[in-house]
Amino acid sequence: MMQINDTQAVIVEREMPHSAEKVWRALTQGPLIEAWLMKNDFLPVVGHRFSLRADWGTVDCEVRAVEPNKTLSYAWAAYGLESVVTWTLTPTDTGTHLRMEHAGFRPDQQQAYQGAMGGWQKFFAALEQVLARMD
Amino acid sequence: MHAEPTAVLKILSDPTRRAIFERLSRNGEMTVHALTDPSGVSQPAISKHLGALKRVGLVRGRRDGRETYYSADPKALAPLIDWINFYSTFWHNRFDRLEDLLKRMDQ
Repeated sequence: MMQINDTQAVIVEREMPHSAEKVWRALTQGPLIEAWLMKNDFLPVVGHRFSLRADWGTVDCEVRAVEPNKTLSYAWAAYGLESVVTWTLTPTDTGTHLRMEHAGFRPDQQQAYQGAMGGWQKFFAALEQVLARMD
Repeated sequence: MHAEPTAVLKILSDPTRRAIFERLSRNGEMTVHALTDPSGVSQPAISKHLGALKRVGLVRGRRDGRETYYSADPKALAPLIDWINFYSTFWHNRFDRLEDLLKRMDQ
């Protein structure tokens, strides 16, 4: 977890004993993305809108940056959260250092949801809205 | 320890289960009979939904004589409300799956 201005980010980093080209394929080819992340209609084209679909909900996305084998970034909107996911691939002696930053968690947004805990209507209305867009 | 956040979302993505959880949140403790009456859903179906809600900790059951009284536990919603924790769990889990996939892929 990290603080950037007024927003926070989730960062996961891992050494992968595979080439950057191979990791890039897993991050950008629809059937491969489905194998580890979610069902999707992803295309590695800036401005392309796509959705990620799981049995727990849908994430609305838009491609922001594509630099083959190096960096991939897309907007990630789900359940009222407006955020951005950025992948960075760095070749190492043994493979690839893979970094994922999911940024844009606003502390006030967290509080808004916590506040909604008391008001069930608000929480369920938001949930209802997102679930209605599923399928 | 909370259930996997996606498991909680999956359970709540069913409108009937969500309605049951909402009613328990508003009304406090209720029996299966009380939950069955106005809903038009059969008692076995309600019981099955309650079982699913209990598995992820959204609902608790308290036995008293022949009746079981069910109540909502809003604490189980915490992983959905704390998005940072939600996505931290989510992404670590997805990295594991990505690693597995890379092992299976051709060079």
